[in-house]
Amino acid sequence: MISIYEVNETNQMIEQENLDVRTITLGIHLMDCIDSDLKKLNDKIYQKITTSAKDLVKTGNDIEKEFGIPIVNKRISITPVSLLGSAACKSPEDYVTIAKTLDRAAEAVGVNFIGGYSALVSKAMTASEEYLIRSIPQALACTERVCSSINVGSTKTGINMDAVRICGEIVKATALATKDRDSLGCAKLVVFCNAPDDNPFMAGAFLGVTEGDSVINVGVSGPGVVKEAITHVRGRGFEELCETIKKTAFKVTRVGQLVAGEASRRMGVPFGIIDLSLAPTPAVGDSVAEILEEIGLERVGAPGTTAALAMLNDQVKKGGVMASSYVGGLSGAFIPVSEDRGMIDAVKAGALTIEKLEAMTCVCSVGLDMIAIPGKTSSATISGIIADEMAIGMVNQKTTAVRLIPVIGKDVGDTAQFGGLLGYAPIIPVNEYDCSGFINRKGRIPAPIHSFKN
Amino acid sequence: MKKCIITVVGKDAVGIIAKVCTYLSETNINVLDIAQTIVDGYFNMMTIVDVADATKEFQVYSDELEKLGAEIGVAIHCQREEIFEKMHRL
Repeated sequence: MISIYEVNETNQMIEQENLDVRTITLGIHLMDCIDSDLKKLNDKIYQKITTSAKDLVKTGNDIEKEFGIPIVNKRISITPVSLLGSAACKSPEDYVTIAKTLDRAAEAVGVNFIGGYSALVSKAMTASEEYLIRSIPQALACTERVCSSINVGSTKTGINMDAVRICGEIVKATALATKDRDSLGCAKLVVFCNAPDDNPFMAGAFLGVTEGDSVINVGVSGPGVVKEAITHVRGRGFEELCETIKKTAFKVTRVGQLVAGEASRRMGVPFGIIDLSLAPTPAVGDSVAEILEEIGLERVGAPGTTAALAMLNDQVKKGGVMASSYVGGLSGAFIPVSEDRGMIDAVKAGALTIEKLEAMTCVCSVGLDMIAIPGKTSSATISGIIADEMAIGMVNQKTTAVRLIPVIGKDVGDTAQFGGLLGYAPIIPVNEYDCSGFINRKGRIPAPIHSFKN
Repeated sequence: MKKCIITVVGKDAVGIIAKVCTYLSETNINVLDIAQTIVDGYFNMMTIVDVADATKEFQVYSDELEKLGAEIGVAIHCQREEIFEKMHRL
């Protein structure tokens, strides 16, 4: 029988340490909606989403109530839109009509984000994929819930530098199109290398072409729980520290597995994966940076940060893997700046720079995330930062991503406000030396060699 | 058998267990186990119950228990047992 102490421990995690299930994401395959008539295509997409996801929010709310565990977000990921629109869309404007349809469908079923306004162009782009990419600024400016992602590289294909160059321009154009809201559009746009097909987290979620008709993927969270657990092993050796993180990650993930199983059963949709990510929020005590500081850093960004993060990330995976039958998605500690109170404070204090953040992304999920940079930053510089991050993913055979927000009209010393879970961020300085000679070269960076690993 | 765990936390007072158990009995919820402690003057109780034959739906008795808690000045939560079982048992 469960003891009163175990019950109290679980409830303390939920009530005081912000334990929650971050998202239940329903993946919906939309290939069967493809039509060469744009209106028919839009109608079919709306119909399929609103039918498949009609019970998603209610199911999430019921599970939340019955188990007493908050399920913060209910979301939808769909087949990359560039694949759906290739027969019907003859211009970026045609693609924008699909974005509007997705926004309406998301609102109708009550989800806060729908991901999959995406193009997978890791080797090359079709004309249609380029239309989609060029439609992103307008699509994100005229919708609220649509999230967009572009996969521009992979370990197998190398990096599509033509796409990287366009992405720099698109990020800048999206910032301009939403400049009245601190360039919020860029918070819904991710550029990936090695994008996973089953990621439940926004803004980079989409349902890959390797997936089935529909699937439930769940993202767990719990930085506050891990932080609280390791306060009890302050000053002890690494063995004890690692054991504590593993045990905590196991418990957190088991909750995710339970919720995923219930959601899958109730909706009659197969369970896909649990994403073992430590996902912070701007709330006090829900921060990955605070875990690193509890491990022994005065501020995140101090020497030792990368090693501490590598250890944390690995232990979370080791604990989590055993707790779930299937693990996938991004699975690693997230280090978004605007969504993590400790990261925000470290940037303000001057302890954390974009270069250190880049180093940290070599050992954890998922990349340069939610970083506000000066609005005057050139598109070539943004492409340069994207290329660097893609190279880390390509060479290290891991997913990396870039979600930068060049906040139009703001510069170092200002703060951008995004609101809600997206948080706020001080503008971080960016190296201003020019890289346009590199970025303006055409073609792609070849795939790295997979032998001679020294 | 369908188990739920009811937790009651708050300032100690006369008759908390009686009132909770009266409600459970009226709703045909069977008490399987009760554990209770007082920590720093705070009442802390956990009850494992079987709700298989309850005369009301989960949402209803869960809300009514919370309301009952508000009346007697304690926080009452009802949760399905699986969340604890999954977290603490292999």
